Amino acid sequence: MRDNKHHVPETVERSLESTLDSVDSAEELAVGVAQRAGFDEDDLMKIGMAVRESMVNAVVHGNRYNAHKKVRFSVGHNSERFTVRIADEGEGFDFSALPDPLAPENLMRTSGRGIFLIRSFMDEFDMRHLEPGGTEVTLVKYKVSK
Amino acid sequence: MSVKLNVRQVGDVTVVDVAGRITLGEGSSALRDALREMVGKGQKKILLNLGEVSYIDSSGIGELVSGFTTVTNSGGQLKLLNLNKRVKDLLQITKLYTVFDVHDDEASAIRSFA
Repeated sequence: MRDNKHHVPETVERSLESTLDSVDSAEELAVGVAQRAGFDEDDLMKIGMAVRESMVNAVVHGNRYNAHKKVRFSVGHNSERFTVRIADEGEGFDFSALPDPLAPENLMRTSGRGIFLIRSFMDEFDMRHLEPGGTEVTLVKYKVSK
Repeated sequence: MSVKLNVRQVGDVTVVDVAGRITLGEGSSALRDALREMVGKGQKKILLNLGEVSYIDSSGIGELVSGFTTVTNSGGQLKLLNLNKRVKDLLQITKLYTVFDVHDDEASAIRSFA
Protein backbone atom coordinates (compact mmCIF):
# COMPACT_ATOMS: atom_id res chain seq x y z
CA MET A 1 0.00 0.00 0.00
CA ARG A 2 1.27 3.42 -0.85
CA ASP A 3 2.08 5.63 2.11
CA ASN A 4 -0.54 8.35 2.04
CA LYS A 5 -0.22 10.77 4.92
CA HIS A 6 -2.88 12.98 3.45
CA HIS A 7 -5.71 10.46 3.18
CA VAL A 8 -9.12 11.74 4.18
CA PRO A 9 -11.52 9.28 5.80
CA GLU A 10 -14.43 8.76 3.46
CA THR A 11 -17.76 6.95 3.54
CA VAL A 12 -20.14 6.38 0.66
CA GLU A 13 -23.61 4.86 1.04
CA ARG A 14 -26.03 3.77 -1.65
CA SER A 15 -29.34 1.98 -1.99
CA LEU A 16 -28.97 -0.10 -5.14
CA GLU A 17 -31.37 -1.91 -7.43
CA SER A 18 -31.17 -5.70 -7.62
CA THR A 19 -29.53 -5.74 -11.06
CA LEU A 20 -26.20 -6.70 -12.57
CA ASP A 21 -25.64 -3.00 -13.33
CA SER A 22 -25.61 -2.42 -9.58
CA VAL A 23 -22.86 -5.01 -9.27
CA ASP A 24 -20.74 -2.96 -11.66
CA SER A 25 -21.61 0.31 -9.89
CA ALA A 26 -20.74 -1.01 -6.47
CA GLU A 27 -17.44 -2.43 -7.65
CA GLU A 28 -16.53 0.85 -9.32
CA LEU A 29 -17.47 2.84 -6.20
CA ALA A 30 -15.50 0.59 -3.91
CA VAL A 31 -12.40 0.61 -6.09
CA GLY A 32 -12.57 4.39 -6.33
CA VAL A 33 -12.71 4.81 -2.57
CA ALA A 34 -9.96 2.22 -2.14
CA GLN A 35 -7.77 4.03 -4.64
CA ARG A 36 -8.19 7.32 -2.78
CA ALA A 37 -7.41 5.45 0.42
CA GLY A 38 -4.03 4.56 -1.01
CA PHE A 39 -4.30 0.87 -1.89
CA ASP A 40 -2.01 -0.43 -4.64
CA GLU A 41 -3.10 -2.11 -7.88
CA ASP A 42 -2.93 -5.62 -6.49
CA ASP A 43 -5.16 -4.74 -3.52
CA LEU A 44 -7.52 -2.76 -5.75
CA MET A 45 -8.04 -5.87 -7.87
CA LYS A 46 -8.72 -7.97 -4.78
CA ILE A 47 -11.13 -5.45 -3.29
CA GLY A 48 -12.95 -5.06 -6.60
CA MET A 49 -13.39 -8.79 -6.98
CA ALA A 50 -14.52 -9.30 -3.39
CA VAL A 51 -17.11 -6.55 -3.72
CA ARG A 52 -18.29 -7.95 -7.06
CA GLU A 53 -18.74 -11.44 -5.62
CA SER A 54 -20.58 -10.06 -2.59
CA MET A 55 -22.88 -7.95 -4.74
CA VAL A 56 -23.66 -10.88 -7.02
CA ASN A 57 -24.63 -12.90 -3.95
CA ALA A 58 -26.91 -10.11 -2.76
CA VAL A 59 -28.54 -9.46 -6.14
CA VAL A 60 -28.77 -13.01 -7.46
CA HIS A 61 -29.08 -15.27 -4.40
CA GLY A 62 -30.43 -12.84 -1.82
CA ASN A 63 -32.83 -10.58 -3.66
CA ARG A 64 -33.21 -12.85 -6.73
CA TYR A 65 -33.27 -9.83 -9.04
CA ASN A 66 -36.51 -8.70 -7.37
CA ALA A 67 -37.16 -5.13 -8.47
CA HIS A 68 -38.93 -4.45 -5.17
CA LYS A 69 -35.89 -5.38 -3.11
CA LYS A 70 -32.85 -3.18 -2.66
CA VAL A 71 -29.24 -3.75 -1.79
CA ARG A 72 -27.82 -1.44 0.88
CA PHE A 73 -24.21 -0.71 0.08
CA SER A 74 -21.66 1.26 2.05
CA VAL A 75 -17.93 1.68 1.66
CA GLY A 76 -15.58 3.67 3.83
CA HIS A 77 -12.15 3.85 5.34
CA ASN A 78 -10.27 5.36 8.21
CA SER A 79 -6.62 5.29 9.17
CA GLU A 80 -6.67 1.56 9.88
CA ARG A 81 -9.36 -0.17 7.85
CA PHE A 82 -11.23 -0.16 4.60
CA THR A 83 -14.75 -1.53 5.15
CA VAL A 84 -17.57 -2.52 2.82
CA ARG A 85 -21.04 -3.54 4.00
CA ILE A 86 -23.61 -5.08 1.69
CA ALA A 87 -27.10 -6.01 2.86
CA ASP A 88 -29.84 -7.72 0.89
CA GLU A 89 -33.53 -8.28 1.67
CA GLY A 90 -33.61 -11.96 0.87
CA GLU A 91 -34.67 -14.96 2.89
CA GLY A 92 -31.23 -15.64 4.27
CA PHE A 93 -29.33 -18.91 4.19
CA ASP A 94 -27.56 -21.34 6.47
CA PHE A 95 -24.01 -19.98 6.79
CA SER A 96 -22.78 -23.31 8.10
CA ALA A 97 -23.99 -25.23 5.06
CA LEU A 98 -21.65 -23.66 2.51
CA PRO A 99 -19.82 -26.38 0.59
CA ASP A 100 -16.02 -26.22 0.38
CA PRO A 101 -15.18 -25.48 -3.27
CA LEU A 102 -11.72 -27.00 -2.80
CA ALA A 103 -13.05 -30.38 -1.69
CA PRO A 104 -12.41 -32.96 -4.41
CA GLU A 105 -16.12 -33.69 -4.83
CA ASN A 106 -16.81 -29.97 -5.40
CA LEU A 107 -13.83 -28.99 -7.51
CA MET A 108 -15.61 -29.37 -10.84
CA ARG A 109 -18.80 -27.64 -9.76
CA THR A 110 -19.72 -24.66 -11.91
CA SER A 111 -20.62 -22.44 -8.96
CA GLY A 112 -19.97 -22.01 -5.26
CA ARG A 113 -16.63 -20.19 -5.27
CA GLY A 114 -17.79 -16.65 -4.48
CA ILE A 115 -17.49 -16.61 -0.70
CA PHE A 116 -14.26 -18.56 -0.84
CA LEU A 117 -12.76 -15.88 -3.12
CA ILE A 118 -14.02 -13.08 -0.88
CA ARG A 119 -12.32 -14.68 2.13
CA SER A 120 -9.14 -15.15 0.08
CA PHE A 121 -8.97 -11.51 -0.96
CA MET A 122 -10.07 -9.68 2.20
CA ASP A 123 -8.60 -9.64 5.70
CA GLU A 124 -11.96 -10.04 7.39
CA PHE A 125 -15.30 -11.33 6.14
CA ASP A 126 -18.40 -11.64 8.31
CA MET A 127 -21.99 -12.57 7.58
CA ARG A 128 -25.01 -11.96 9.76
CA HIS A 129 -28.72 -12.47 9.53
CA LEU A 130 -30.80 -9.32 9.62
CA GLU A 131 -34.18 -8.82 11.27
CA PRO A 132 -36.82 -9.09 9.99
CA GLY A 133 -34.98 -10.59 7.00
CA GLY A 134 -31.96 -10.45 4.79
CA THR A 135 -28.24 -10.94 5.07
CA GLU A 136 -25.50 -8.41 5.66
CA VAL A 137 -21.87 -9.08 4.83
CA THR A 138 -18.92 -7.02 6.04
CA LEU A 139 -15.64 -6.99 4.17
CA VAL A 140 -12.51 -5.46 5.69
CA LYS A 141 -9.07 -4.79 4.26
CA TYR A 142 -6.41 -3.52 6.64
CA LYS A 143 -4.39 -0.47 5.71
CA VAL A 144 -0.79 -1.40 6.27
CA SER A 145 2.12 0.60 4.93
CA LYS A 146 4.48 -1.63 2.97
CA MET B 1 -20.39 -6.17 -25.57
CA SER B 2 -18.43 -7.21 -22.48
CA VAL B 3 -16.67 -10.12 -24.19
CA LYS B 4 -15.55 -10.62 -27.77
CA LEU B 5 -14.92 -14.06 -29.24
CA ASN B 6 -12.94 -14.72 -32.41
CA VAL B 7 -13.07 -18.30 -33.61
CA ARG B 8 -10.47 -19.64 -36.02
CA GLN B 9 -9.29 -22.99 -37.19
CA VAL B 10 -5.67 -24.13 -37.06
CA GLY B 11 -5.66 -27.55 -38.64
CA ASP B 12 -8.16 -29.61 -36.69
CA VAL B 13 -7.89 -27.38 -33.60
CA THR B 14 -10.50 -24.69 -32.97
CA VAL B 15 -8.88 -21.65 -31.40
CA VAL B 16 -11.14 -19.19 -29.61
CA ASP B 17 -9.55 -15.81 -28.96
CA VAL B 18 -11.39 -14.38 -25.95
CA ALA B 19 -11.14 -10.67 -25.22
CA GLY B 20 -12.81 -8.61 -22.51
CA ARG B 21 -14.66 -9.54 -19.37
CA ILE B 22 -15.92 -13.02 -18.53
CA THR B 23 -18.33 -12.08 -15.75
CA LEU B 24 -21.85 -13.03 -14.71
CA GLY B 25 -24.25 -12.05 -17.44
CA GLU B 26 -23.37 -11.34 -21.04
CA GLY B 27 -19.73 -12.34 -20.82
CA SER B 28 -20.08 -15.74 -19.24
CA SER B 29 -23.17 -16.67 -21.25
CA ALA B 30 -21.46 -15.78 -24.53
CA LEU B 31 -18.60 -18.14 -23.74
CA ARG B 32 -21.00 -20.86 -22.64
CA ASP B 33 -23.07 -20.59 -25.81
CA ALA B 34 -19.99 -20.61 -28.04
CA LEU B 35 -18.57 -23.74 -26.43
CA ARG B 36 -21.90 -25.55 -26.60
CA GLU B 37 -22.19 -24.67 -30.28
CA MET B 38 -18.71 -26.04 -30.97
CA VAL B 39 -19.44 -29.29 -29.15
CA GLY B 40 -22.74 -29.52 -30.99
CA LYS B 41 -20.85 -29.26 -34.27
CA GLY B 42 -18.59 -32.10 -33.20
CA GLN B 43 -15.46 -30.06 -32.60
CA LYS B 44 -13.17 -32.12 -30.38
CA LYS B 45 -10.06 -29.96 -30.04
CA ILE B 46 -10.70 -26.55 -28.54
CA LEU B 47 -8.07 -24.05 -27.40
CA LEU B 48 -9.24 -21.03 -25.43
CA ASN B 49 -6.81 -18.14 -25.87
CA LEU B 50 -7.38 -15.99 -22.78
CA GLY B 51 -4.56 -13.54 -23.43
CA GLU B 52 -6.90 -10.58 -23.84
CA VAL B 53 -9.21 -11.39 -20.92
CA SER B 54 -9.15 -8.32 -18.72
CA TYR B 55 -11.40 -9.62 -15.95
CA ILE B 56 -12.92 -12.90 -14.83
CA ASP B 57 -15.13 -13.54 -11.81
CA SER B 58 -16.28 -16.75 -10.16
CA SER B 59 -19.04 -17.10 -12.74
CA GLY B 60 -16.45 -16.93 -15.48
CA ILE B 61 -14.38 -19.55 -13.71
CA GLY B 62 -17.55 -21.64 -13.53
CA GLU B 63 -18.01 -21.37 -17.29
CA LEU B 64 -14.45 -22.54 -17.89
CA VAL B 65 -15.14 -25.55 -15.68
CA SER B 66 -18.48 -26.17 -17.35
CA GLY B 67 -16.89 -25.93 -20.78
CA PHE B 68 -14.13 -28.32 -19.79
CA THR B 69 -16.66 -30.85 -18.53
CA THR B 70 -18.89 -30.53 -21.59
CA VAL B 71 -16.04 -30.91 -24.05
CA THR B 72 -14.44 -33.77 -22.13
CA ASN B 73 -17.73 -35.65 -21.78
CA SER B 74 -18.19 -35.41 -25.53
CA GLY B 75 -14.83 -37.09 -26.04
CA GLY B 76 -12.92 -33.90 -26.79
CA GLN B 77 -10.18 -31.80 -25.25
CA LEU B 78 -10.30 -28.19 -24.03
CA LYS B 79 -7.07 -26.40 -23.22
CA LEU B 80 -6.11 -22.90 -22.12
CA LEU B 81 -3.59 -20.51 -23.62
CA ASN B 82 -1.92 -17.26 -22.50
CA LEU B 83 -3.27 -16.87 -18.97
CA ASN B 84 -2.53 -13.46 -17.52
CA LYS B 85 -1.58 -13.11 -13.87
CA ARG B 86 -5.15 -12.48 -12.70
CA VAL B 87 -6.62 -15.56 -14.37
CA LYS B 88 -3.67 -17.72 -13.39
CA ASP B 89 -3.88 -16.60 -9.75
CA LEU B 90 -7.61 -17.32 -9.64
CA LEU B 91 -7.19 -20.79 -11.09
CA GLN B 92 -4.40 -21.52 -8.62
CA ILE B 93 -6.35 -20.24 -5.62
CA THR B 94 -9.33 -22.37 -6.60
CA LYS B 95 -7.11 -25.41 -7.23
CA LEU B 96 -8.19 -25.54 -10.86
CA TYR B 97 -4.84 -24.70 -12.43
CA THR B 98 -3.77 -28.34 -12.54
CA VAL B 99 -7.15 -29.47 -13.88
CA PHE B 100 -6.64 -27.59 -17.10
CA ASP B 101 -3.81 -28.13 -19.56
CA VAL B 102 -2.37 -24.59 -19.67
CA HIS B 103 0.04 -23.30 -22.32
CA ASP B 104 1.78 -20.02 -22.97
CA ASP B 105 2.68 -20.70 -26.60
CA GLU B 106 0.08 -21.33 -29.28
CA ALA B 107 2.17 -23.56 -31.50
CA SER B 108 3.10 -25.93 -28.70
CA ALA B 109 -0.49 -25.85 -27.42
CA ILE B 110 -1.76 -26.98 -30.81
CA ARG B 111 0.86 -29.72 -31.03
CA SER B 112 -0.21 -31.01 -27.62
CA PHE B 113 -3.67 -32.09 -28.80
CA ALA B 114 -3.84 -35.85 -29.19
